[in-house]
Amino acid sequence: MLRRALFFMALIAFWEILCRLGIWEPTLFPSPWRVAQTLWRTLADRSLLLATGVSLRRILVGYLLAQTLGVVLGVLLARLRWLEETVGSLVLGLQTLPSVCWLPLALLWFGLNDRAILFVVVMGALLAVTVSVHDGVKNVPPVYLRAARTMGTGPVALYTEVLLPASLPAILTGAKLGWSFAWRSLMAGELLFVSLGLGHMLMMGRELADMSQVVAVMLVIILLGLLADRAIFGVLAARVRERWGLAHP
Amino acid sequence: MAKLSVRAVSKKFYGSSGEVQALLDVWLDVEDGEFLVLVGPSGCGKSTLLNVVAGLDLPDTGEVLEDGRPVSRPGRDRSVVFQEGALFPWLTAQKNVEFPLKQMGLRARERAERARYYLHLVHLSRFRDSYLHELSGGMRQRVAIARALAVDPEVLLMDEPFAALDAQTREDLYEQLAELWQRTGKTIMFVTHNVREAVCLGDRVVLFSARPGRVRAAFDVSLARPRFIDDVDVARLARQISLAMKEDRRRIREEEYDVDWHAAAGALLHGVDRVLGDPL
Repeated sequence: MLRRALFFMALIAFWEILCRLGIWEPTLFPSPWRVAQTLWRTLADRSLLLATGVSLRRILVGYLLAQTLGVVLGVLLARLRWLEETVGSLVLGLQTLPSVCWLPLALLWFGLNDRAILFVVVMGALLAVTVSVHDGVKNVPPVYLRAARTMGTGPVALYTEVLLPASLPAILTGAKLGWSFAWRSLMAGELLFVSLGLGHMLMMGRELADMSQVVAVMLVIILLGLLADRAIFGVLAARVRERWGLAHP
Repeated sequence: MAKLSVRAVSKKFYGSSGEVQALLDVWLDVEDGEFLVLVGPSGCGKSTLLNVVAGLDLPDTGEVLEDGRPVSRPGRDRSVVFQEGALFPWLTAQKNVEFPLKQMGLRARERAERARYYLHLVHLSRFRDSYLHELSGGMRQRVAIARALAVDPEVLLMDEPFAALDAQTREDLYEQLAELWQRTGKTIMFVTHNVREAVCLGDRVVLFSARPGRVRAAFDVSLARPRFIDDVDVARLARQISLAMKEDRRRIREEEYDVDWHAAAGALLHGVDRVLGDPL
């Protein structure tokens, strides 16, 4: 903890020194102090909070949708051979497509609105989740399924009580991956028009030549990402590792 | 009437190296309350037979009867203990034993009570709330046995359940299993490749031969219990069975090595009268 704090203090000091040297114009390379001021100003006039709220709501809806669909699709792909042979290859192909590529399509289909952004977020996260879940379910040891059959496990319980818990580590990996993909897609979508989210605020910073706002928003995005990782995925992963006996004390 | 009756069961597998006749015209009766052990070289189809009895695999021809009724799919009347235990790592020992009870539709309280009882039976009360990775191999197999017994099955099917354990743990488990069997009076069908283990545990030892897998001989074990793995009488009978099995193994090896088999004997580089193949 101490080491980390020292590292970040050194980083900020280095940043300050670079600014003092005056190599770049202050408008293009804001000092830490100016960024802090901007952060405070945007927090005080609530524009930052508002933007964060808008973005968070979008990502939550899109992400939950992608996560749910991804788990269902991943499980089905792993269990139904005909689906795997047909849709499976399509999913792998689409996964290589950066989510930004969906933007033109989304704009034409839905117009400049929330639904277009949501579509991009879902498409960005969905396939990553699907592929992870598919792998996870495929790798469930067959003996678990055989054992479950000898214990008279019904078709529903086979999924909810055996297959899904058994592939939980892979599902978590997918969830984490999906989250970061969702963020990227969201930012790409929000940069595009007056969307009121964090991405929009970044763009506003550019248009007003206010570099300190750009950097401030970037900091907020990093912070949110770290927070989600620590508070949600980190905790979940640690619990799974503990149960499976994979933790390194 | 026999508890289990295997009648004219045959089964083939198709693999990358052609088809294998895993079982050929197998007939076998298991009496109610009998401890029957199937022993044979690895790959002789004894596990396949167990899976057919469990209902996990279907025979190509023939049938398995339980109390005169044909078996067509897995059921809780025939519990299986797998070699690797096949316990669920995301559940505690207690919840693992509760799992089949939950599938039966028992209420939470009754489930918990019954699971506690069976864990007590295999001397694991203290480890009820442990996850699998916190248990030793022997403990895990005991949880698996408790899980199999918890549904109060008619028959217990055990597929090399102790094969992955060390010798001391195995010996302890022989004792515990024999005791459990005497206490519960279950019919047990036990598969192993370990002849001594077979004699130490079974009322009757059925020797399987391989390729095609079929019953080659049956040995009644009338030795007094409790038996121990290093008893002279156990060793003597085991020796007899081993000799019969050895013959079989030689035949399989020849078949597996195919043309290489005859070459192998003459091509030794090293011998008492040779150095790297040259006569001294």
